[in-house]
Amino acid sequence: MTEGPVMVAMSGGVDSSVAAALLIDAGHEVVGVTMKLWGGPSDNGCCAVSDVEDARRVADHLGIEHHTFNFGDDFERDVVGPYVAEHAAGRTPNPCIECNRHLKFDRLLHRADALGFATIATGHHARIVETAAGPRLARGADAAKDQSYVLHVLEPPVLQRLLLPVGTITKADVRRLAADLDLRTATKPESQDVCFITSEHGRKSFLGDRIALKPAKVVDRAGVQVGAVESIELVTIGQRKGLGMAGGTDPRYVIAVDPEALVVTVGDSDDRLVHHSPLESWRWVSDPIDAAVEIQCSAHGAAAPGKIGSSQVEWTDPHRRIAPGQSVVAYLDDVVVGGGIAGRG
Amino acid sequence: MHSAEVYLDHAASTPVRAEARDAWLAASNAHHANPTGAHYSARAARRALDDARDSVAGALARPPAELVFTSGGSEADNLAVRGVLRTRGGIAVCSAGEHHAVLEPVEQTGGLMVRLGPDGRVGPDELAEVLASASDVSIVSLIAVNNETGAINDLAALGEVVRTHAPGALLHTDAVQAMNWLDVGAATADFDLVSITGHKLGGPVGTGCLFVKAGIDLDPLILGGGQERGRRAGTPDVAGAVAFAAAVGAVTAGRTEMVSRLGELRDRLVDGLTESLGDRVLATVLQHDPSHVVAGIAHVCFPGIEAEALLYLLDEQGIRASAASSCSSGAQDPSHVLAAMGVPRQVAQGSLRLSLGHTSTSHDVDAALRVIPPAVVRLAGHGGG
Repeated sequence: MTEGPVMVAMSGGVDSSVAAALLIDAGHEVVGVTMKLWGGPSDNGCCAVSDVEDARRVADHLGIEHHTFNFGDDFERDVVGPYVAEHAAGRTPNPCIECNRHLKFDRLLHRADALGFATIATGHHARIVETAAGPRLARGADAAKDQSYVLHVLEPPVLQRLLLPVGTITKADVRRLAADLDLRTATKPESQDVCFITSEHGRKSFLGDRIALKPAKVVDRAGVQVGAVESIELVTIGQRKGLGMAGGTDPRYVIAVDPEALVVTVGDSDDRLVHHSPLESWRWVSDPIDAAVEIQCSAHGAAAPGKIGSSQVEWTDPHRRIAPGQSVVAYLDDVVVGGGIAGRG
Repeated sequence: MHSAEVYLDHAASTPVRAEARDAWLAASNAHHANPTGAHYSARAARRALDDARDSVAGALARPPAELVFTSGGSEADNLAVRGVLRTRGGIAVCSAGEHHAVLEPVEQTGGLMVRLGPDGRVGPDELAEVLASASDVSIVSLIAVNNETGAINDLAALGEVVRTHAPGALLHTDAVQAMNWLDVGAATADFDLVSITGHKLGGPVGTGCLFVKAGIDLDPLILGGGQERGRRAGTPDVAGAVAFAAAVGAVTAGRTEMVSRLGELRDRLVDGLTESLGDRVLATVLQHDPSHVVAGIAHVCFPGIEAEALLYLLDEQGIRASAASSCSSGAQDPSHVLAAMGVPRQVAQGSLRLSLGHTSTSHDVDAALRVIPPAVVRLAGHGGG
């Protein structure tokens, strides 16, 4: 068993509540910590006052100490700022991945070091498996709730110090355990979407307060204008609605966004599919794999087979275009073997 | 997390004094009736309430009729600022280092702020400049003693500036942190409105008052039965008022001794930190004229250190202290007071307020000096924590 006390990141949700409970049950000395990341309005996020209160009361119920750390400056700098900049560049960012990278597994780990915690834990649905080459991140036991995609940036030195107690059980088991333990978060709904954007005001209002949103024309593959959008920063690859196009034709989908020229290109259903997707960055966890791997391009999307070639994904079967800025994660037998960022192509 | 407690957070809340606890118990045993009633028992409760009023007013040398019992400092501050604005219109002016109970009502109503000097005090020239920029100032609110730094404002001088540059404005002071250390009655004699709270003095939380000079109409925050001369509805808390009065009495009687005893302890604390940590510690307001800082507060910054991490390590070893004001989530927010003084954010993030009170002893200072320096050094080795 891991030596010394474990710092559990408690968001106020059911998964991290049960993660804390499981660690206590396993005999660890546990301290709960909630990161206060966002001071602005938020109704569905991980850092509303009511979520901190849930985390604190669950900690009280479990008989462990609970602390709140304000990492608002880090969050603004490392997550919100880049999120806005990515949209301004016509890309589709994954802020949750950046939050995991910079906040949970950099800032929090750093704080854990300073306070004498060798080990931290979270309530993510993913597993850490030991291999001859060291610890690796793998899909959680509940395929439908797997969060390895948003954690793929974690490197072995971090994985060595991390516990993911709910990764080996299903979400239904998590809820059942929470109910058995009478935790107030047992039936709490899951958080959705981007935590710092309210469902009431949405992405447009959030970005509009921070950057000038620019109108753009929508053209077909021949360059003929077929519609218009108010804000090119809000358009994403694969989008079908809100493009100001006349009805009555076959469905058309965004296949390219050019924020410099202020042009959105649409194509028909077949135009959505590609054989290759460009990558602007790629890192293998260890040795490169020159064979087909399973490749996932969104948090809740299914993986598809393909090879990682030189600066691109080579799909085994034609695949939908990936929005530039999205994370691309490769798996072999459910173990994360590499990851990168989709580029423009 | 369960080490013996070394309590150095008296400015947040201080232990209830024996005099106040005894007075509360006696009054709550004796008075079960509603003091607004007409029968014998109600009249007895009323008498206890008015005796408490006389006693608190007497300690500040103000007429008892001026005293409105409130639930504490925040209510008193809100009643002063919002009550005046709603009656008189116009805008409010305050310092940028006020407690949030003043700052928020002023901000919400479009008021103006005066920045602080590097010594944490409001400068007369800066105040005059802001007052000259507005024509419709109806209330000026200036904290007597800053709750984070302990800096004492020169209320007499600032009051004169207000009378000169905004003769129509009412003067309010939040004297919540001042009562332990200063003769608030003398310092605020010229002020129209004064806020006091019980729990910083060793009275119960939930007690306090606002003094309102005769002739000033205030729009009440709470409407109802017209208690407190129509300025604050709700059944009066007789036992709370009695205990509050007992705490005010004890503080007033023991002030000279407490200021001298705790001033020595505080100086030893700051000197000890400086001796151990050299330029890793910055005495924020005390590096200026120490006679302008109350005796019980040692406010320091450790540049490059994260206060949150430091407080954790101190707490683990029993030292209870605080940094800036805590936000509703319990996380540490960056200090608006230090920002108003022009302290860079990177320095302000490492702030620590060690505050002494009536139960503080030399052992508390010894413990703090044993625990704080190694914790700071440890965090410095981790990039600040």
